[in-house]
Amino acid sequence: MISVRDLVVTFGHGRDAVQAVRGVSFEVAEGESFGLVGESGSGKSTVLRALSGLNRSWTGRASIGGLDVAKADRRLPHLAQMVFQDPYASLHPRHTVDRALSEPLEIHGTGDVSARVEAALADVGLGPAFRFRYPNQLSGGQRQRVAIARALMLRPKVLLLDEPTSALDVSVQAEILNLLRRLRAQQRLTMILVSHNLAVVAHMCDRLAVMNRGLVVEEMDVATLRREAPREAYTRQLLLASKGYDRAVAGRMVSFD
Amino acid sequence: MSWRAALLSDTPRSRQEAKLGALYRGWLRFRRNRLAVLGLLIVVALVVVAAFAPWIATHDPYAQNLAQRLLPPGSAGHWLGTDEFGRDIFSRLVYGARITLYIVVLVALIAAPIGLLVGTAAGYLGGWVDAALMRLTDVFLAFPSLILALAFVAALGPGIENAVIAIALTSWPPYARIARAETLTIRNSDYIAAARLQGAGTGRILVRHVMPLCVSSLTVRVTLDMAGIILTAAGLGFLGLGAQPPMAEWGAMVSSGRRYILDQWWVATIPGLAIFVVSLAFNLLGDGLRDVLDPRQKT
Repeated sequence: MISVRDLVVTFGHGRDAVQAVRGVSFEVAEGESFGLVGESGSGKSTVLRALSGLNRSWTGRASIGGLDVAKADRRLPHLAQMVFQDPYASLHPRHTVDRALSEPLEIHGTGDVSARVEAALADVGLGPAFRFRYPNQLSGGQRQRVAIARALMLRPKVLLLDEPTSALDVSVQAEILNLLRRLRAQQRLTMILVSHNLAVVAHMCDRLAVMNRGLVVEEMDVATLRREAPREAYTRQLLLASKGYDRAVAGRMVSFD
Repeated sequence: MSWRAALLSDTPRSRQEAKLGALYRGWLRFRRNRLAVLGLLIVVALVVVAAFAPWIATHDPYAQNLAQRLLPPGSAGHWLGTDEFGRDIFSRLVYGARITLYIVVLVALIAAPIGLLVGTAAGYLGGWVDAALMRLTDVFLAFPSLILALAFVAALGPGIENAVIAIALTSWPPYARIARAETLTIRNSDYIAAARLQGAGTGRILVRHVMPLCVSSLTVRVTLDMAGIILTAAGLGFLGLGAQPPMAEWGAMVSSGRRYILDQWWVATIPGLAIFVVSLAFNLLGDGLRDVLDPRQKT
């Protein structure tokens, strides 16, 4: 379904150029849920933005459902959509929920807008009472539900999730993750989930890739992650760090390049 | 359910209701600012006076009566006095409101959309489009607006329409600047990215996503500039390049009254006061609108 080959993303020009992603390759099968984990600045979100088409300054090959992402095909919006990290920044402050959800349908001239908006709201567990509210009348979790509904309006096959719960309260995080699991099962979605939270990835994904400094350090399935039996030293350290702060452990941490 | 509860309801039942509710909440915030409400009342009064000028004016504003020239305020039948041709100053003020409103509205309608379009396009597209549009803006900003308007009117010929065109041509650059600055802060936001992912074209993003966010700060700025527009129009009228006699334009009235300012002060002072009050009203209104429309203060 998704194929990424030798993806290199460079920011800046000439002497200021920084390679945020230095040759990443992976495949995601149809219906699979794939996790990208790593610490801040490891390039995991950059991979997602290149794959979604938001960032165009990259080299290598990337395709979704056989369509070349670099070519900005008109069918791509129907194939892959994205949910952003911060629900407070991803909804237009002057658009009602109704407008945010009808916009993708109007862009592509899809009919039956009203019924589909109501259905989409119901799908993400929001009643019709929310339909004509502005984002400032919604809580963070409700906003993220609207953002998920918006991403699903065009009935895409692929959902790209950029830390979809890291800006939310812990209790709300679980609700959103369960919602995503349910939607994935109902609509047979292929997902890529970017997160620094290994527990979230273990809960949501079938397979994951660990990234560090723009490279994929190791790919493994979730069972390996649960057994805490990764192959690479970097991944073991990441697992250790994810268990919370420990002075003795922190003292023994090393920098991997 | 009363209409008030319906407007403030958390669960509007249609887009119109949601919009009306947002407007009503804005009005509730606006109402707390007494001075802004005063400004709004004066502006509304100006509109009413302009609309019903023939019924409000007591005399024909162009009827001369040399027997009754330069009567002081409070004279029988002419309670704001008469000018050097015996024309009733009150009636001329009332008809002058039409011209003032005409200029202000027309300038706003021409200049604000130009500024909005140039600014959002420059800010969103960036690159050479941005550079070209902003250097053009700089050229216009480099001249004081009255001087530039003078040059335009001198080239186009005196008259009220040309004054409007000249003022509009000189007043759009600040709007372009504001719209561009506003666009730069939102062009990389996630909701614009989401619109791009949905397949929205550049035009659609500019008109439906970027412009609505620029309109509020632009509205505030235009309202605050109304005073400046009135003054520039009055200045052009005063210099004889705006409204031509015998048109009852406030600036031209001040200009013709300046010859009598020592002995018959009211001929120049009363239209001057009208300019002052209306300019002040637009400023107060703009201040109040800023409190309401500034998205950063919205809760």
